[in-house]
Amino acid sequence: MDAKEKRDPAPGKNHTAMERESDRELVVTRLFNGPAHIVFQAWANPELFKRWWAPKSFGLTILSCEMDIRTGGTYRLEMGHPSSEKPMAFFGRYIEVVPHTRIVWTNDDAGEDGAVTTVTFEERNGETLVVLRDLYPSKKALDDAIASGSTSGFVEQFEQLDVLLAA
Amino acid sequence: MDYILNHMVQYSTIRLDTSFAALSDATRRGVLEQLGRTDSSITDLAAKFHMTLTGMKKHIGVLEQAGLVATEKVGRVRTCKLGPRRLAEETAWLEAYRELWASRFDALDNLVEELKQKEKADGRKRKA
Repeated sequence: MDAKEKRDPAPGKNHTAMERESDRELVVTRLFNGPAHIVFQAWANPELFKRWWAPKSFGLTILSCEMDIRTGGTYRLEMGHPSSEKPMAFFGRYIEVVPHTRIVWTNDDAGEDGAVTTVTFEERNGETLVVLRDLYPSKKALDDAIASGSTSGFVEQFEQLDVLLAA
Repeated sequence: MDYILNHMVQYSTIRLDTSFAALSDATRRGVLEQLGRTDSSITDLAAKFHMTLTGMKKHIGVLEQAGLVATEKVGRVRTCKLGPRRLAEETAWLEAYRELWASRFDALDNLVEELKQKEKADGRKRKA
């Protein structure tokens, strides 16, 4: 933990804080040294969005990105990772888009258990506080999302193996 | 986004040796699933999986060694619950989630700086 804190945030960068705020909600906060209309623009303009959404350090690349960013509009994003042959698709719908203030979208690629993401932009003295909330439909949905990356993810793989071996 | 995180977490936290052995058995996987819903005594688990107490104790022993299950004896009853490995995995997932956003936001920071400079330059041009 200590080692991590030394290099995160990177020199000259603000800290990104994260909290599990309730049974079914994760909240990320980060301060940006610029006005809200600029930060918003970087989320709302697909060409700009592509430049920061897939961090290189995670080995991710954006293969395609379609965003109809308005209330009721939809998005579809495909990302590639060296570990997976097939591109990973992310898609959903914008529930609410208020320029320079707020964007709310669904994560339909996760089916019924997908979170609703709300990001707000609050400007103070030329700086912008970004608050991002992932609200899952239930405690179980969030627990499952977390667990799918761990031992129970293996449980699923073993079950699939059982099915294969039985066939 | 889940599978991005899952990928990171699986490689960073799972010690494959003991986990594999522990999870290669269908009963033990069933026990983990059951304990994910609620804590149970060994007696309850034995009944639920139609096993002898001794048989269930052996399975619990394997799971406990892998850190997947923790047991606690209260009075004459030994209660089983999900083990410390699960907690460590949960922490790892949450940390991976935060790191993903921190990486994104550091990149966004650079872009915001660039756009700010551009706006300033454009403003100067308009005034000129």
